[in-house]
Formats: sequence, C-alpha cells, structure tokens
Amino acid sequence: MSAAQETVSAGSANTARYVIYACLIILALLYLLPLYVMITTSLKSLDEIRAGDMLALPRDPSTAAWVKAWGEACIGVTCGGIKGYFWNSIRMVVPAVVISTLLGALNGYVLTKWRFPGHKLVFGMMLFACFIPFQAVLIPMARVLGTFGLANSTAGLVFVHVVYGLGFTTLFFRNYYEAFPDELVKAAMIDGAGFFRIFWRILLPSSGPIIVVTIIYQFTNIWNDFLFGVSFSSGEASPMTVALNNLVSSSTGVKEYNVDMAAAVFAALPTLFVYVVAGRYFVRGLMAGAVKG
Amino acid sequence: MTTIEPVPVVEQRRSGPSFADRLRGTLPKIVLAPSFAIILVFVYGFILWTVYLSFTRSRILPVYDLVGLDAYYRLWSQPNWYMAMKNLAIFGVLYIGLCIAIGLFIAILMDQRIRAEGVLRPIFLYPMALSFVVTGTAWKWFLNPGLGLEKTMHNLGWESFKFDWLVNTDMAIYTVVIAGVWQASGFVMAMFLAGLRGIDGEIIKAAQIDGAPTVSIYRRIIIPLLRPVFLSAFIVLAHMAIKSYDLVIALTGGGPGNATELPSTFMYSYTFTRSQMAVGSASAVMMLMGITAIIVPYLYSELREKHQ
Amino acid sequence: MSFLQIKNLRKKIGNAEVLKGIDIELEKGGFLVLVGPSGCGKSTLLNAIAGLLPLTSGDIVIDGHVVNDLHPSKRDIAMVFQSYALYPNMTVEENIAFALEMRGVDKSARAEAVKSVAKTLQIEHLLKRRPSQLSGGQRQRVAMGRALVRQPRVFLFDEPLSNLDAKLRVEVRAEIKALHQNTNATIVYVTHDQIEAMTLATKIVVLKEGTVQQVGTPAEIYNHPANLFVADFMGSPAMNMLKGKVVSSDGASRIVLFGDDVTIAIPPSVSAALPQGKEVIVGLRPEAISDAGLADPQARSIAHIDADVTMVEPTGSDTFVTGRLHGMSFTARTRADVHVAPGQKFPFAFNLDKAVVFDPESGERID
Repeated sequence: MSAAQETVSAGSANTARYVIYACLIILALLYLLPLYVMITTSLKSLDEIRAGDMLALPRDPSTAAWVKAWGEACIGVTCGGIKGYFWNSIRMVVPAVVISTLLGALNGYVLTKWRFPGHKLVFGMMLFACFIPFQAVLIPMARVLGTFGLANSTAGLVFVHVVYGLGFTTLFFRNYYEAFPDELVKAAMIDGAGFFRIFWRILLPSSGPIIVVTIIYQFTNIWNDFLFGVSFSSGEASPMTVALNNLVSSSTGVKEYNVDMAAAVFAALPTLFVYVVAGRYFVRGLMAGAVKG
Repeated sequence: MTTIEPVPVVEQRRSGPSFADRLRGTLPKIVLAPSFAIILVFVYGFILWTVYLSFTRSRILPVYDLVGLDAYYRLWSQPNWYMAMKNLAIFGVLYIGLCIAIGLFIAILMDQRIRAEGVLRPIFLYPMALSFVVTGTAWKWFLNPGLGLEKTMHNLGWESFKFDWLVNTDMAIYTVVIAGVWQASGFVMAMFLAGLRGIDGEIIKAAQIDGAPTVSIYRRIIIPLLRPVFLSAFIVLAHMAIKSYDLVIALTGGGPGNATELPSTFMYSYTFTRSQMAVGSASAVMMLMGITAIIVPYLYSELREKHQ
Repeated sequence: MSFLQIKNLRKKIGNAEVLKGIDIELEKGGFLVLVGPSGCGKSTLLNAIAGLLPLTSGDIVIDGHVVNDLHPSKRDIAMVFQSYALYPNMTVEENIAFALEMRGVDKSARAEAVKSVAKTLQIEHLLKRRPSQLSGGQRQRVAMGRALVRQPRVFLFDEPLSNLDAKLRVEVRAEIKALHQNTNATIVYVTHDQIEAMTLATKIVVLKEGTVQQVGTPAEIYNHPANLFVADFMGSPAMNMLKGKVVSSDGASRIVLFGDDVTIAIPPSVSAALPQGKEVIVGLRPEAISDAGLADPQARSIAHIDADVTMVEPTGSDTFVTGRLHGMSFTARTRADVHVAPGQKFPFAFNLDKAVVFDPESGERID
C-alpha cells in the first residue's frame, strides 16, 4: 500500500520535474529571442529581411551591415558610422567610473570607520540622491554646464556622471566597509598608521570584490545612460546610446534594419562582454543597489 | 581599600591635543566634504532650483519672477499630462505586477535543484545589462508590424495573425510593458532567488516533517518569508517605472501621437522642445514627489533597522 | 609609585554614563584584570586607556605622563584584540613588523625584531603565511607577537581567549602567564571569565555598570568579596548565600542559620554593626561546605549537620552536592568518591571560619 503510493508519487515527481525543465527552457528561449533576432537580422541583407522570416537563420551571413554601421551609416548630417560615438562613450565612461569609484571608496571609508555626529544624515542624503528622478536636476544642470562651457563636451558628461554616481559608489563601499572589522582599524591606529595609510594599506587591499562590483555597476550604468547624453550633448559629441537612437529613429531614406541592428549590437557589446566575463559581480552590484545590507 | 597617592605629573595637564592630532581628527571630514558639497549643490540645490522654476513663467529660458502655482494649473490642464499619468498607471501596475509574478515564478522553478542553473540564470538576467535604448531598438524591430512577429506568424501559416500594437494608439503602451518586463523580470528573479536561498533550510525541513505538501510550504511558509524581497522589488521597480524614459523614446518615441507619453517624456519635451520650461519643471517636481513618497519611508526604515 | 593611574574617569556615550568615575592604580610589572559581566564598561575602559575613545572627564596617567590627549600610537601601548585583528592582506611577518614600519624602523632592524619575537612565541615557521591560513591558536600567538615586538610600556588585552576552544584557552592562558613572568610586562587585561581573572591577575578590578566594585588581589577578591555582587560573580559554582539572624544572649552575639542548627560566633569587633535581631546574609563558598572527611582539620569552628540531598553533580575531580535544610538550598563541594544519592541524608561539615557576612539591604560586607 505505502510502497504503491511511493511509486506513484515518485512518478508524479518525475513528471513535475519534466514540466519544470520544459517551462524553464521555453522561458529561456523567449528571453533569448530578441537577442537572436537582433544578431541574425544584422547578418542578413535587406532583401532577405524584406522577403524572409525574422526567425530564420541568415541564408548568406554577411558582415556588410556591421561594417556600414561602424564606419559609414549616416547619423544626423554626418555619415561616419557609429565609431566616433563609440569612442565618445569610452572617453566618457573611463574617467567617470574611475573618479566616482575612488570618491565612493573614500566616502564609504569615512562613513564607517571615522564616524562623526551626523554621519547618518550625511549618508541618508547621499543615498537619497541615488533615487531622485534626474528630470528634477536636468534644467539647472543644463544651465550650469552651459555657463561653464561644458555643454556638449565629454568633460561635462564625465562630471555629470560622477556627480550622480557618487551616491551609489558611496553606498557600495559603505556597506562593504560596514562589515570590515573596526578592530583592524583600531589595531592599525595603535600601530601608528594614519588616515590615508590605514585606507591604503589595510582597507583597500581587501576591497577587491567591491571595487569590481562598483566598477561594473558604474560602467554599465554610464555606458547605458541616455537621458544625460541626449540632454547635455548633441551632434558629434553624443555618446553611443544617443547616436543609436538617432540612427534608428531617423526617418530619412531607406530603413536599413540590418544596419540598425548591427549598431544596436555594437552598443550592447561592451556591457554584454562585462556581463559575460564578470556576471557574478554584475548581479551583486544590482542587488547591492536594490537591497541594502 | 586601596588609597590613591598623588603622583607628580610631568606634562602640563590638559594641554589639549596637538595641532597634528587635531588635523588628524578633521581629516576624514575634509575628505568627505567635497563629495557631500557636490551632492548638496547638484542634487539638493538643483532640486530647489527646479522647484523654484516651477513657480515662474519660464518658457524657452528661465525667468525668475514668481507667479505662484500657475505652471501647476497649466500642467494639470494638459490632456498630455493626463495621458502621461494614465500611461504611468497602466505601465507601472503591469510592469511591477508582471515582473514580480514572472520573477517569482522563475525563481521558484530555479530553486528546484535545477541542473543547468548556471546556464539558465545568466540567460534570464542578461537583458538587465543592456541599455534601454538597445532594448527598445530590438523590440521595435521584433514587434515591427510589417516585418516582425506578425510576418513570422504569417509565414508559419497563421495568416490571420495580427499584431500591430506598436502603431496602435490603444495598445502601444503595452509594448512598452512587454519590453520593460523582458528587461527587468530576470533581475527580480535573481532577487527572489537570493531570498529563497537565504531561507533557513531547517524551517523547510520542519514543515516537511509536519507533513506539509510542497505547494503549501511555498504558499504558507516560503512566500511569506520573502516579504522583504517583495518590498525591495516593488521599490526598485516603482522607481524604475517613474524614471523610465529611454525605453519609451527608443521603442515608440512617445507615440503614436501621444499614446505612450509618460511623465518623463512629457517633462523632456515640454522643457526642451516645446519651450514650456515652467510646466516641465512642475512635471519634474511631480515626479520627484512620487518617487520621494515611495523611497523615503523605505530608506528611513532600512537605515533605522541597520543601526539598532 | 604607580605606573598606570586612572583617575576619576568618566565616559558618556549619548546620554548614558558608561564609566562613572573609575579610579585604578597599577604598579610597573603588574597584571591588572578588569572583570565583570557584559555591559559593565570594562571594554570601554580598555579602549579609553588605548586612546581609541575620547574621555568625558578624568585622567589617564602612564609612567607619570598624562596621556589623555595623546593619539593611540603615541601612548606607547600595544593591544591584543578579541578578534586578533590581524591584517588579512599581510603575511604574519608583515603583520608583526607593521607597527615598526609605521615608526620608521629600518628594514634590517625590523627583520631582527620579528625574528626574536617569533622565536619567543615559537611561530617562526608561520612567518610567511597569511592570517587566513592559521588556526585560532596560531592567530592568537601572532596577535601577541605583534604586541610584543613593540616593547610597549603597557600591554592591553581585550578578551584575547574568548574565541578559542576550552582546551586551547587553558593552554594559552598558561602561556600568557608565563610570558608575564618572563618579561615582567605591565598588562591590563579584560575578561568576563572569572577563572581567567583569578589565574592571571596580580590585581583584579571587578566592575559593574560602570563602577568599580572591588580592587584587590585574587585572594582578597575571592575570600573577602566587598559585596554580594562580587561574591556572586567570582567563583564557580557561586558562593552560597544563606539567610541568617543575629541573636544576643549572655552578652555575646551569634548568627544563627537554618533555624537554630548552625550558629556562628561574632567577634566583638563587628558586634556593633550587628544588633540583636538583624537579618544578615552569610556567604559560604561551596568548598567551605563538604563531607566530614574533606573538612579542613585546621579550622577552628566546624559545624556537622545532616541535611537532605537534592542533587549530585560529579565533575570528576570533585562532586558538587546540593543539600537542603530548613527550606534553604546550598551547594557543597565533596570528594569525588563520596557515596551519596538524591533523597538521602548526608552529613555535611560547614567550615564557619570561611563565612563572610553581608548586610542584605546595602549588599556590603560586614567585617
């Protein structure tokens, strides 16, 4: 009796597992579909796209659209492809990430290991800054960048991204250093190390994981930003995302879907690359930004 | 009892800390000060500036004469703004609801000791690494009424299949929901999965010994224990929904017509293309108020708990 | 002359006064143990001595110098932390040498100093390892090495044994004791473990809620606790606290316990404090109550009484027997091989020479 029941339940457990796997595989395919379509379309010719099936593999894969998107496609009035904008983004991302990470590390260090009355308020204010809708600072920032001659420049965008990334980088390092034992700092103080030496010799060497998390988070966010790019830059000074949108939404001439998709792949490549290489840290950064502690 | 004898004290008493020591004491504050000043000026100062502008009649350029709530009256008399609010409500509810439902569903499936978890998890999460502009571009193509999904279905033999939401005024907002859910649900899944993994296994063992079937264990024990994750997911998604701008621009450009207008696109177009800076500011203030109402209580409770 | 002096030290954290006027002195080469339950302020006091916490008022004097405003690194102290606080990114060698490096000691002198300390502590084979590769006991030793290499004026230990398992704790405790004897270092040591306090200290300070309860040698603290708190806190199992009453007759006072079964003669010197009819609490250590065979033959007054046995707890070396008489329970320490079982009557021998009398209202000892 009980044995029979067991075999029945084992059988139903097996069916349940098949259902679970089937669900997961179908869902995974759905999630992959847009990327698949994006890549296959970019490898097809325009004729094939117009005639054929979106889901079909390219009959005659060609990188012509990629070459065109990179170096020849017309964005606005210039026809130099997206390569210039790609480098714009790189030039913007690298300094913005380095500066905001460094400041965040120092802020987190002060806010955990050198607490002063009011440190909670300071941190609370920096934390809230992570969440404001940027629309609420757009107009003043446009005015100020204009006044200082930084409008439509990479330097201006670097500055903007540092300012509005500080909250997050501080949050990351603060939460990480919060768990770093205070006794180590006390020991180093007794040993005679000062503020910067404790940071440099004791905390920083142990901060590898959080540095990676912060850099990845900041890199992804800044690379993917569109609002600041479109608000504070135009024409050839635009970052990649803005150029992509201009390319795709331009209504002049023949719509070259394969070139659009190739450009989108270019725009997605750096962050996808980081995700593939260091996905673990990427997820940790997202989580840290979402669930504190 | 021990008696305390006076001891000759060599150094002068209470000379106070030396200059170097005092500098050492203020150094941390000096290090923090620039960042804090930047936040004060460029976040809080700019917010006040925007609030101020919303009380003026600024159009293409800022003017600084206060005219009271004029811009707010104008804002709330704009059909466009009502459209934006209505769309935000539709988008917000569906986006948050679907992301949480799908995210929780996948997380529970993934929690059944799945063999290929290491392969599947990155697949559900990768959209989060993409820019909204890329997501919008991809989905715009995927849902293209002439050449996308619709044509594929026709090719597969389903001749009557019609999917024109992208250009259908009534349905366009739902394409934004679809793309948004595709992008963020994997992230919500990861949050729930982390929550599930954080649950004490002994509680579940105890429930199994008590004879609870798997479904009951999830419904009665595990999902209630995930309450904090629900809250975090809600906060993150609500915040993303209100800020959401790039996705709409790339996917529909706010159209057709104003069918997919959201507060974020409204703010941008009124401020920078329609030369209604005061109205744009007022809409930005409304957005800020919405986010503040969600975020501040959350942050307050999180920070309080942590320091207990 | 005292080497370390703490004078009327007060520390407020927020509105709470954590240290309420602490006065302590320690001679050079002394081993001072601060002991008390958690929250008594002992760690706060140690951190204040180290300079890791600013004082609210009072003075800390080391070797004749007021160090109140000196930075921790300039107080010439070294500290061993509860978690050991070894720098995770440095090898053992670098950990030990770090303080010397910060003080600008040159490389060869550093290496020399590390070598000699490593030899003393027998950790030479660990020098190239990182803290994560060490066992708890090894980490503890490295933490001590880091303190020793500095040759500071005062060593501070913050519950250094609490993260070790019971067996290792006893070993390291003996090592610390030996180290103190060999180097004659001045040590301030915080613990909540009264056995550590008893075994290590030359002077014990018992703290409770930020006030000093008693200062004295381990023997003084153990045999003549100043009040009920100290009596109860020090010693395991705890001291028996028996209710008694003063009875005067024929011009002499006695304290009677257990109805009339036990009487203690009161020396004339304290009889003034003990008027007829006063309720008192008589403290007797478990070892002062035993079986007749173990009773101290030197004792002047021993009371032999039969009492009901309610519990027997053999520990191997001794057996603790809980007795009950006139509604009062007490614990006796008897020989391990004594034959007794719960429910039986057992002849207990009370060594009344060891009795300590407390005032139940103030909790203070009456001498």
